[in-house]
Amino acid sequence: MPTTTIAGHAVEVNDEGFLTHPDQWSDDLGSELARLIGIELTDDHWKLVHFLRDDFAHLGETATLRRVSTQTGTPIKSLFDLFPGKPAKKMAYVAGLPKPKGCV
Amino acid sequence: MTTTMRSLVVLGAGTAGTMVVNKLRHRLPTTEWRITVVDKDDVHDYQPGYLFLPFGLIEPEQVRRSRHGLITEGVELVLGDVDRVDPVAREVSLLDGRTLVYDELVIASGTSPRPDQTPGMLGPEWHRSVGEFYTYEGATALREALAGFSGGRLVVHVTEMPIKCPVAPLEFAFLADDFLRRRGLRERTEIVYVTPLDGAFTKPVASRELGHLLADKGITVETDFMVEHVDQERRVLVSYDEREVAYDQLVTIPLNMGADFVARSGLGDELNYVPVDKHTSLSTKHASIFVLGDASNIPTSKAGSVAHFSVEVFVENFIEHVHGQDMTHAFDGHANCFVESGGGKAMLLDFNYDTEPLTGTFPVPHLGPMTLLKQSRANHLGKLAFRHIYWNILLPGRPLGLPAQMSMAGKVPAA
Repeated sequence: MPTTTIAGHAVEVNDEGFLTHPDQWSDDLGSELARLIGIELTDDHWKLVHFLRDDFAHLGETATLRRVSTQTGTPIKSLFDLFPGKPAKKMAYVAGLPKPKGCV
Repeated sequence: MTTTMRSLVVLGAGTAGTMVVNKLRHRLPTTEWRITVVDKDDVHDYQPGYLFLPFGLIEPEQVRRSRHGLITEGVELVLGDVDRVDPVAREVSLLDGRTLVYDELVIASGTSPRPDQTPGMLGPEWHRSVGEFYTYEGATALREALAGFSGGRLVVHVTEMPIKCPVAPLEFAFLADDFLRRRGLRERTEIVYVTPLDGAFTKPVASRELGHLLADKGITVETDFMVEHVDQERRVLVSYDEREVAYDQLVTIPLNMGADFVARSGLGDELNYVPVDKHTSLSTKHASIFVLGDASNIPTSKAGSVAHFSVEVFVENFIEHVHGQDMTHAFDGHANCFVESGGGKAMLLDFNYDTEPLTGTFPVPHLGPMTLLKQSRANHLGKLAFRHIYWNILLPGRPLGLPAQMSMAGKVPAA
């Protein structure tokens, strides 16, 4: 896995730029990851990112869009506004978590 | 010495529930344990057969049996709908007013397609131009629809993960390609695979080994598509970000959810799955509730093989648990799934919580005869033979000779 430096931290990322060790993540890193995909994080973004982090810590799996929506009370449409186009993938990227996957 | 009779109640007589009661009946003395299993009807379907029904590759009567005939002597099968579980009183109430008292409870009520959760999915065209194959009724109706299909856009669509048997939609697309070729309709049909994920294959090894299959078969993929509603009149799927996918025949996999009584009992997450310890299947909230098969939230595929392997681990743990001992066996998330790839071939996937599907051979290292993540005739024959294994070996709780724990022998680790 390639190592790269983001916001002054040396982190390991996969071919798609996702962190491979979720524990290397920090708020600083989250802001910088968001900036790299053209998103300035507001409170609304942070609420979602922190939910994803906590949920992953409990369940060991990245929450689906539906789970993020129901657990945080955010309509799915708003998730598309906050993380345009590919909210599931972009939220996982910013939160330093694996992208949502199927079984193959 | 007087012994108090104890009661094990199992909710759901599907793959997991049937295996649990049949295995435990042989392990728990009838003088000490009463075993009751509850389901809403007396019909047990071999669900992997649903995939083949729409293409006429299997007959409806081959996938269906009576639950009574599959449950061993000494287990009571109660037919009724569960209203709710009261984990404090240790009672299950049924909608018809009956109450079952338990000492230990196993929830094995699975997951079901819920077309009612997507606006416009149910409607006059449901089970017609809006088809599905995750129920017996849907799969048989789709057989009619495909028999009358004369070309156009065939759209295979996944609403949202997780779904049971997560490779089935891909298999459906591969088998549809075959089916249409045989009928001389392939040139006149566009097959589109629509997924909420960022690709049909999302894991690196599978993607590298199998990514070419879709292109080879001329199947196009629409990714990151979160359906907002189905417009049956205009025959389009509309996403939250306002993209549209037009269809002539839609084959959708509706949102999958656990049983409603799980929600009514306050035991479930947002999709009615019960949170459990992923190694023991014990509820994270209640020390007398285990959850097996698709009904739990364990982070592996919702699949019959997972039910099978986890039940084997559970049975050993349960015997320790009811004797007041620590549970010493841990389920590793092992799944082992045949994947039809069309042309009389299939692939085999083998993975667990920590390892993605890899290449190699199975079940014997280096010899096979089945090949992992690679198309072969042997895998296809294995998949066909599995229906007999399911009815005659797995459900009765006989040993299959495969270890529940995944082995890395003969498998090529990911680079």
